[in-house]
Amino acid sequence: MSMNNQGRPSAPVDTGGVAEHPTFTGNKALAMEEPLLFETGRMDVCGVDLDEPEDFAPALGNHARKAVPDLPALTEPEAMRHYVRLSSKNYAIDAGLYPLGSCTMKHNPRLNEKMARLPGFGDIHPMQPLSTVPGAVELIAELAHWLVTMTGMSAVAMSPKAGAHGELCGMMAIKAAHTAAGRDPKIVLVPESAHGTNPATAALLGYKVVAIAAREDGTVDPAAVKARIAEHEGDIAGIMLTNPNTCGLFERDIIAMAEAIHAADGYFYCDGANFNAIVGKARPGDLGVDAMHINLHKTFSTPHGGGGPGAGPVVLSERLAPFAPLPFLRKEGDGITWVESESELKDGERPFGRMTAFHGQMGMYVRALAYMKSHGADGLKQASEDAVLNANYVRVGLQDLMSLPFGQRWCMHEVLFDDSFLKDTGVTTLDFAKAMIDEGYHPMTMYFPLVVHGAMLIEPTESESRSSLDLFIATMRDLVMSAQKGETGRFKGAPFHAPRGRLDETRAARSPVLKWERPTSRDVQPQAAE
Amino acid sequence: MRYLPLSETDRTDMLARVGISDIDEIFVDIPKSARIDGLLDLPRRQGEFAVERDMSRMAGKNVAASSVPFFVGAGAYKHHVPASVDHLIQRSEFLTSYTPYQPEVTQGTLQYLFEFQTQVAALTGMEVANASMYDGSTGTAEAVLMAHRVTRRNKAVLSGGLHPHYRQVVEGLSSMAGDRVEALGADPSGTEDILAAIDEETSCVVVQSPSVYGHLIDLKPIAEKAHAHGALLIAVFTEVVSLGLVESPGAQGADIVVGEGQSIGNGLNFGGPYVGLFATRQKFIRQMPGRLCGETVDSNGKRGFVLTLSTREQHIRRDKATSNICTNSGLCCLAFTIHMTLLGGNGLAKLARINHANAVKLKGMLEIVPGVSVVNDTFFNEFTVKLPKPAHGVVEALADKGVLGGVPVSRLEPGKSALENLLLVAASEVNSHEDRAAFVTALKEVLA
Ligand SMILES: Cc1ncc(COP(=O)(O)O)c(C=O)c1O
Repeated sequence: MSMNNQGRPSAPVDTGGVAEHPTFTGNKALAMEEPLLFETGRMDVCGVDLDEPEDFAPALGNHARKAVPDLPALTEPEAMRHYVRLSSKNYAIDAGLYPLGSCTMKHNPRLNEKMARLPGFGDIHPMQPLSTVPGAVELIAELAHWLVTMTGMSAVAMSPKAGAHGELCGMMAIKAAHTAAGRDPKIVLVPESAHGTNPATAALLGYKVVAIAAREDGTVDPAAVKARIAEHEGDIAGIMLTNPNTCGLFERDIIAMAEAIHAADGYFYCDGANFNAIVGKARPGDLGVDAMHINLHKTFSTPHGGGGPGAGPVVLSERLAPFAPLPFLRKEGDGITWVESESELKDGERPFGRMTAFHGQMGMYVRALAYMKSHGADGLKQASEDAVLNANYVRVGLQDLMSLPFGQRWCMHEVLFDDSFLKDTGVTTLDFAKAMIDEGYHPMTMYFPLVVHGAMLIEPTESESRSSLDLFIATMRDLVMSAQKGETGRFKGAPFHAPRGRLDETRAARSPVLKWERPTSRDVQPQAAE
Repeated sequence: MRYLPLSETDRTDMLARVGISDIDEIFVDIPKSARIDGLLDLPRRQGEFAVERDMSRMAGKNVAASSVPFFVGAGAYKHHVPASVDHLIQRSEFLTSYTPYQPEVTQGTLQYLFEFQTQVAALTGMEVANASMYDGSTGTAEAVLMAHRVTRRNKAVLSGGLHPHYRQVVEGLSSMAGDRVEALGADPSGTEDILAAIDEETSCVVVQSPSVYGHLIDLKPIAEKAHAHGALLIAVFTEVVSLGLVESPGAQGADIVVGEGQSIGNGLNFGGPYVGLFATRQKFIRQMPGRLCGETVDSNGKRGFVLTLSTREQHIRRDKATSNICTNSGLCCLAFTIHMTLLGGNGLAKLARINHANAVKLKGMLEIVPGVSVVNDTFFNEFTVKLPKPAHGVVEALADKGVLGGVPVSRLEPGKSALENLLLVAASEVNSHEDRAAFVTALKEVLA
């Protein structure tokens, strides 16, 4: 090994890990360990300055709490440090490509954040007089207009709080429509490739879920749909179909399926999680869709925030529009009315109830509308085209090495691989994903959809530059070749460079520890010397 | 377009690389009859400044809570959120991360969820809490479904003190799911006899304390009667700050505690996003809805956190899942946790005392206005005022005078003449003496 004149190695020394350079703290320079806040917090400090109120006569009756909640505090500098250190243990879109299929991890514009924090949006109360919030109603109405226009539908139920809540809303509207027609069908058809929220939603409402297998090419076969309809004649409430589907493919027979379900007096619920592929290219309303949720936190860029919050407005067909839940917008001439209760209803309005307290995810509406206005009609279409182009660019860059379960065909905004390219390598989809972490990438969606073995669903989104995609493709190719060469060491114990190695999930589930417990005095007493 | 990194040259080259010259060739599977060429009816792109101007114009039409004497509550509360909270939740690493499905690179999210669960459990006096629901109302509906699973019964009894929106959310889902709901009539006086409604078919009793009318409810006898009949007590709250001063539902025998966490860390946002808190007893964890974060160790034996017990959830169990929830209130949990960390148990208790003291002062000032009386004997930071005329008009007239003076009960329970003159009034640490005086002056003028 070459040395420079100070005797230090001029090239990195492979120590086979960091074990040879242990640190006293366990930190590794910028990679810091951080205890739970309860382990450093104290009961006698506070990060908020509050003045004790003057003496007063409480009106709590005999309901006063006997002991303060046993929760230590941190002062502001300590809290900043605690959460900043925690944040450094997270992967994020702002740090790198986040190709989680089905999740649409696109750039979250900061203008949206700024707009959501305008006091006129962020600091208004849902129950203050409507006369004091005309701009809020205007904003909701404008967003509703964009959503309805983009999808070619009749109306939109704004209040659902996320995609799954939107599914529930749409299926409740469908159930209400059946009930209004004096029907009580029991079956909902759900393709096997569907996201888990689809069957879970149908089941919540007491429906029996009948699965439809995918055909050879990854799409749903209208013949299979018709066959299930025939088997359950007269008992079909509807179908829940994802389009573009979870294999990244546009359901090309969608109109035939819509017609079949309508002919059976059923409704067509479309899971719109993948709407990002087709904005400005096709409108669900022209495809026979009766209800579709739109994840504003996917297609319209509101941040995922580590798991939420989202928003899941549901666009509705003319047949379902009357059943939209309260509160809803009524347009009369140029005016808009925000209808909150049964007592304000007009003829033909038959809301099935209410999805949530208040009006829905206003904070997300503001962000989504800022995104739409920024893109405009032209930019939205361009974004979809770029998302689809990026996914196909990745597909073409990898298809000779990785395995496409449905052959070489165009994909929409995400590309699905299976694990047959890893056959006999001893490397699993999971191992492969963990090795991606070491390369600085968040893994793709794994083991979903369930219809292919060891699924890897890659969604680059339109936010990636060409050079970013090129590096990603090159990295993936290197990993594949490495696996095929038998370099299992790179995969089996991966990740090696993340803040944590693989975590023991079995142990977490077997004896769940779901919160911090104050150590008992026995635990903290020093051990007597033996 | 400023958010799209591909240049025209990139696009042309990339199309060539995938073997075509026109992007539309990729969209071949869209039926011809349904293809469109853009969204011709919508406006074109705008620069940042233009969007900002346009949206600020809309925002400017609304009266912000901080700009006026403000006493509006009924399930959402105006509190001061420390500046550091909003700063921290906007860190890219939190804001632009997904659900922590890859724990090796999401320990930040997972650890705060574990801290959040710990805080919620301590506040509610329960053994375990989940990683959030959408909000208090949807959490309540989920709690009812959970009680049905635990008891294998399907009749819920709802108190007349439950927030009417919460009741409607529960009723909507229950009627569709084929479950039964017995909702007691509105209880503005806090004197209903809910014990009489509990029988051998009852799966759960849902009681809010402080009730929507502000009354503090003794949960113990309700828990006892429910348990004697094999039913569960679901305790609901809409003002989480109350838990700093009011006995926890867990200490009073509740089986599931669910409520709205907005008050800590989260702004009003016209109703959302908020954060549903959900806690229960250890023995029921496998029937819980929502994500749970648990402690474990990594391959080097270091402590770490993971999402756990997911066999309850839709992505594993599909139509047998305990709930369909997926995306929850992640970042709102973080805001809650940071604010709660700054407060600690003692700080929360003090904040609660200030809220209560301000409400007591406000009550004293309002009840000497001629024609006005306060219905409550007990309350935390919100109470019910009886006016000499319909509250709806009074609130509008107050708004014209620049005071946002509460929520008319008729907005939550329309068409019930007995409730028409009732007004829900909330106080918090943001109210000054001048705010209260302005309220009283305006009210006198409106009622004169
Ligand atoms: C295809 C699909 N459907 C439904 C959902 C549920 O949406 P949400 O998480 O917003 O409830 C998701 C995402 O998580 C999804 O990918």
